[in-house]
Amino acid sequence: MIDILFYVFAALALGGAMGVVAGRSPVASLLFMVLCLGSVAGIYVLLEAHFLAAVQVIVYAGAIMVLFLFVIMLLNLGHNYHPDLKAGLWSALSFAVAGALFGFLGRQLWGNRTMTPEAGDSVDALVAQYGAVGAIARPLYTEWVVPFEITGILLLVAIVGALVLAKQRV
Amino acid sequence: MVIDFSSNLDYVRALLPEIILCVWGMVVLMAGVWRGESSEEGPRAEGLGWLALVGVAFAAVANGWLHGVREVGTDGMIAVDGFRLFSNWIFLTAALLGMLVSFAYVYRQRLQAGEYYALMLFSVAGMMFMAGARNLIVVFLGLEVMSIAVYALSAFNRRDRRSAEAGLKYFILGAFSTGFFLYGIALTYGATGSTHLPTIALAVSNGTAHGALLLFGVALMGVGFAFKVSAVPFHMWAPDVYEGAPSPVTAFMSAGVKAAAFAAFFRVFLVSFQGAYESWYGVMWWLSATTMVGANLIALVQTNVKRMLAYSSIAHGGYLLVAITAANQASAGAALFYLLVYTVMNISAFAVVIAVSNHGEERLEFEDYAGLGRNQPGLALLLTLFLLSLAGFPGTGGFMAKFQLLLGAMDAQLWVLSVILVLSTVVSYAYYLRLAWYTWMRDPADGGSPLPVYLPIGMRLALVVGAAVVIWLGLFPGSVLDLARASAAGLGVAGPMVEILH
Amino acid sequence: MITPALVLSAFLFVIGAFGVLVRRNAIIMFLCIELMLNAVNLTFVALSRVVGIEGQLFVFFVMTVAAAEAAVGLAIMISIFRHYETVNVDNFNLLKW
Repeated sequence: MIDILFYVFAALALGGAMGVVAGRSPVASLLFMVLCLGSVAGIYVLLEAHFLAAVQVIVYAGAIMVLFLFVIMLLNLGHNYHPDLKAGLWSALSFAVAGALFGFLGRQLWGNRTMTPEAGDSVDALVAQYGAVGAIARPLYTEWVVPFEITGILLLVAIVGALVLAKQRV
Repeated sequence: MVIDFSSNLDYVRALLPEIILCVWGMVVLMAGVWRGESSEEGPRAEGLGWLALVGVAFAAVANGWLHGVREVGTDGMIAVDGFRLFSNWIFLTAALLGMLVSFAYVYRQRLQAGEYYALMLFSVAGMMFMAGARNLIVVFLGLEVMSIAVYALSAFNRRDRRSAEAGLKYFILGAFSTGFFLYGIALTYGATGSTHLPTIALAVSNGTAHGALLLFGVALMGVGFAFKVSAVPFHMWAPDVYEGAPSPVTAFMSAGVKAAAFAAFFRVFLVSFQGAYESWYGVMWWLSATTMVGANLIALVQTNVKRMLAYSSIAHGGYLLVAITAANQASAGAALFYLLVYTVMNISAFAVVIAVSNHGEERLEFEDYAGLGRNQPGLALLLTLFLLSLAGFPGTGGFMAKFQLLLGAMDAQLWVLSVILVLSTVVSYAYYLRLAWYTWMRDPADGGSPLPVYLPIGMRLALVVGAAVVIWLGLFPGSVLDLARASAAGLGVAGPMVEILH
Repeated sequence: MITPALVLSAFLFVIGAFGVLVRRNAIIMFLCIELMLNAVNLTFVALSRVVGIEGQLFVFFVMTVAAAEAAVGLAIMISIFRHYETVNVDNFNLLKW
């Protein structure tokens, strides 16, 4: 059952990803992206990462994609229907490079099927003890407190940068 | 004082320079808001610049204080070792000079001074996180803090469409390279079971790491770093971005961002991936060779000064990659010294360019420098000094730094790479001296005298400091070089690694 | 399910990288970069079953970084749209692409 669900989600994610690249208008690409993010969130659930699945849907598919949609609407790019793929030779070259990268990576990852969820039990134990949020929140506020604080600075930098660049009055 | 990261208070002490910079960035931001509309007027905008420099000074004091702190163990997220502290000095130097050369530019171009200096302070904090990281998450977040601040700075001049274009190009390619870097981190994490650099080093050297995954992780992280240091097959963003961004930002990022990327590159590859040296040695060799040869050859045909300096900056990245290829103690020390000298001489050379371009984006072609030697002999003399130092002329800091790199490479028996380094240096003389020749030997095309050059106090200070440091490090490098060598010793590079090779 | 998830994420990553290389609309290029980051997140979550909870923490930070990049990147696109009335990278010719 879980395996079947996984392959359904995987197919949806792949279809969404291809739709992003092939989509004719930015809005279509964006909706395919939402499909892809949603399916990946489903896979997170199957991998027992419930909190991240929720964050993926709320923050990624929700907030960030809405921000994209907002900018596309603001700049009125929704009617941009002309195909904008780069010239043939460049596309072929990119396809070859991407294909080779996937060939190498996929072969190594697939050939390495001995990889077992050996830490799965410890993660599940953490989740059982502290809850799905607590299992992530506890290390976040203890050992990982420095990266957590740096994230605060990162968001401040992003706010300042975005305001300076997009402010109306020049 | 001893720090062992047993309590979070230790992190506050260990991160004091970064904390000061971040808090001071907010102070500058608030000061800029309170000045309101009038903040774009000259003297007040300059006041914000001086205020930001006070923050740099406080961070420098904190960094000096950290020299007296001893760290126990390597469990923390952040390192308190010589390597980090010396790198911090480099970034603080870049911030000091980068801000000094910005003063007149910011108010002549009517940029928002508060946000400008605040973003500069934040990006310096990001650089420090990168250089001091003991965990890949801190490297990654530091990289992002620095990059996002610098993306915004490149696009900062909203009246100039070239600035916006430079920002977009830098952003797209920078984010693209971040993707590769992150995938590299993920695979390394899968291969070694940790994101903590000393733990990764242990897993790599005693062979418990998963071979194929590790190889991909190293390769993808290498691609990410190669983008950030603009090594030659991955350099295509650099000339355009350096040309289009506001000149002081170009000066700041061609020195600071590069230094930070190299510092993290050194720590990750020389500490964590040291045990996999044979697998990345060959790639790094070719990367540095193509960077040195390619960048120097393309620089020969440039007619725009900013573009020429951009290719020169790529070429200097190639010399530093030699140090990574050598991967020994001598090279690591030499690279730290080189980064310091490079930061000073590169920003100073840009200072002259900014002054000649009238604190804007005009007069940037080689022809525009004709007659400078007659009209502004002092400025032309300084420009010649910085160009000679960039080329590596004996008696300047640039020569001393390059000589140390060469010694390190020979120590690792990289004979061919050493020859390429020397030959490409000889080639580089051609384009540096061509600009000097334009300044001294050519008369302006229209026969008239060029516009007078405006040198405000900040610019004068930057030029004097730059010239003094370049000459001082060229003649008496002893003490600073010793400090750089001692700092690199803290990196934990276990001596020359030639025996693994042969 | 670990191995198929890793292969899937490699596939998603490569599709994203291919998209960045072939599309010319800057917003879609950026969407493809987000796709790459999303693929990396899937790798982290899958590996956290093998290695430990740190992988999931990493995903948390990557999402924050993606949000920050989106804010600044879209602001840059708005600012370039003001100059050119387009976000198609072929139309920017002051600097060579």
